Amino acid sequence: MLASSPPAPASVTDVAEGLRAVGYLPGESTALVAFLAAKLGKPVLVEGPAGVGKTELAKSLARYLDRELVRLQCYEGLDEAKALYEWNYRKQLLRIQAEADGAGWSEVQDDIFGEEFLLARPLMTAIASEQPVVLLIDEIDKTDQEFEAMLLEVLSDFQISIPELGRVESRTHPVVLLTSNNSRELTEALKRRCLYLWLDYPELEHELEIVRLHAPDLPEAVARKLVEVIGMVRELDLKKPPSIAESIDWARALLLLGVDDIDEQTFRDTMSVIVKHRTDMDLVAERVGLKLSSPAVDAA
Amino acid sequence: MPPEGLPARLLELGEELRREGVAVGTSELLDAFAVLREVQWTEQVDFREALAATLAKSQEDRRVFELVFDRFFFRAVEVAALREGVREGDPSQPTPGAIDLEELSPEDLQALRAQIAAALRDSSEGAMRDLARMAIAAFGRREEGSGVIGVDVQRIRRALGLRTEPQPDLPADDPRREGLPRDALRRFEALLRRELERGQIERTGSLPPSRPLGELDRALPSGPLADLAAVHRVVTQLRRRLATQGTQARGHRRHAHVDVRRTMRASLQSGGVPVVLKYRPRRPRRPEIYVLCDVSTSVTSASVFFLSVLHALHDSFRKMRSFVFIERVSEVTDIFAHERNFKAVSERISSDAGVADISGYTDYGRVWSEMLELVGEDLHPRATVIVLGDARTNGRDPRADLFAQVAARAGRTFWLNPEPRLYWNYGDSVIAAYEQYCTAFECWTTAQLEDFVRALTRPVTSAL
Repeated sequence: MLASSPPAPASVTDVAEGLRAVGYLPGESTALVAFLAAKLGKPVLVEGPAGVGKTELAKSLARYLDRELVRLQCYEGLDEAKALYEWNYRKQLLRIQAEADGAGWSEVQDDIFGEEFLLARPLMTAIASEQPVVLLIDEIDKTDQEFEAMLLEVLSDFQISIPELGRVESRTHPVVLLTSNNSRELTEALKRRCLYLWLDYPELEHELEIVRLHAPDLPEAVARKLVEVIGMVRELDLKKPPSIAESIDWARALLLLGVDDIDEQTFRDTMSVIVKHRTDMDLVAERVGLKLSSPAVDAA
Repeated sequence: MPPEGLPARLLELGEELRREGVAVGTSELLDAFAVLREVQWTEQVDFREALAATLAKSQEDRRVFELVFDRFFFRAVEVAALREGVREGDPSQPTPGAIDLEELSPEDLQALRAQIAAALRDSSEGAMRDLARMAIAAFGRREEGSGVIGVDVQRIRRALGLRTEPQPDLPADDPRREGLPRDALRRFEALLRRELERGQIERTGSLPPSRPLGELDRALPSGPLADLAAVHRVVTQLRRRLATQGTQARGHRRHAHVDVRRTMRASLQSGGVPVVLKYRPRRPRRPEIYVLCDVSTSVTSASVFFLSVLHALHDSFRKMRSFVFIERVSEVTDIFAHERNFKAVSERISSDAGVADISGYTDYGRVWSEMLELVGEDLHPRATVIVLGDARTNGRDPRADLFAQVAARAGRTFWLNPEPRLYWNYGDSVIAAYEQYCTAFECWTTAQLEDFVRALTRPVTSAL
């Protein structure tokens, strides 16, 4: 039977508080899905715009559950050898040469296909680990469909078949998170095996809390205004709207500068922290800069 | 009598989701049951989120799920209420503390207006829910109701003076002055609708037949200037999807032309025996595209949106020329090359693209003859012609023979019709005359548009 993890979460509130304690403020659905994932042992497919804390969720979950985080970063052309396992050819060769005289073929063959010569890659590591882990498969949409199909065995049965060794079954049950930026439609087969979580930009109050958590020394009024401005910027039609990560960066930048109010000048000076495109800069400077200089915003 | 209990209701919900096109398999339903063991069904948010996490596996599905979930449980509750004979506002048991609405003075009504506007501005769900009932009681005039819920909702909204655009003539402290958030207004309208429906069910003692979700909920953003950000989100998504598509196409080895020269060279390694076959790589051809867009008033929003999509995808094509037409054709390739801003593009097209005609009615026959003159020479079998229009000729001669000539010179011809297929060939629509020479797509939701773009960017593999 599978060993249970040290702090088994008993309820959704447990998870929410636990994540909070390690510095991640989950939304309601986030905490719920994380709880269900830990409880049911189903993988979670997390989708959402870049920079809303998809990867961070996995890291925090690992910290909260006190498990090791195994991360598989996906990219175009990722294959089994990089994701599952690989035979250590050099070591195998050395072994054959060292034993060249006297040893029979069958002995050497048995020998060189042992676990000693296996290079475990992230998926293998996660499955074979003695302690339960959190497995993060990052940006799954960057790989091709063939790779996705290969993942299915791992995700539904938590096992890997190696022709020379047989099946490696998981000793513990990892919590699996897959993240996707939705740049291509994932296959139905993969989606069917996962719980689905959509992470979006947080609501104003929620984001304010996050900013306050990461930049506690920033005055309350400035933090609030910062979040409001970020909200305004997101409303514009930008190539890359600022994410939570950028809000935090900006808060820290303002803190370093010792700013006590975001006026038009400060905004123009520090805008490059949150806006990362030349054309976006112009648009934001024009729209938001103007709003900041007019008193209407202060009243609202 | 339908089976009782939560499991039966859940299966019905699954059925209903399937009817709306969400792929809910048995495994999803099993998951949903497994999940419900872990959460309390009395916690509304948890219950809903848990179901959503297991049943809806994409953002679009999630949106449909929200709509279906609301409608489904609303109806389920009403059915139960009808069966049990539970009624609200039973005259025999007056609720203590209820306001007598007959007595409301104009000042009270004014205060209620301000309160509702404030609730909308703050987007506070609970307050909106309560105020929706008050609003109906105060402004709904139940006896004078038109009987059509949509009409009543709009009348109440007008009576409350709720608008998204700023109303500068209102006093400075009025929350409506700056214009109200669109989402909150939409939500409030939904609440009004819900309450009105509840009232109707109670009065008539029966449920109206359940309607499928309006396709409108999924239609293309209709006013392109109204929801720019939404349009651009669609476009960026499309572009990213297309960018990753190349790999997938390359993954399948469908053809195998042996490259003799490289095979021979490789065979030298094995003493002249061609052990390894070398294949000629397949080079995907980027198509040349000619786009013809109807910009008469009936289809403007769709065509400007469509043109901007194509230009956003400019990198995927070797060469692209755009034309707009109403009565006559004019080329707008340059405008799109210089202007990236949506609004500026549509303004320039309408002001100086040279299509400002006398009648403003589309003349397809003339368009085809001018088109043949303009690009007839340039068209070749690798070119793709795309026409976007509703094929409504206003009674003029469609000249399908000229269109056939255009189609014959080009390699592929597509027709995008922004009208639902249901309306094709009704009235002055003559799409059937053109359809025999081209492939016609209906294109009025983003999903349909995406399907089309996928068809378009599929590499042209014809051995020409």
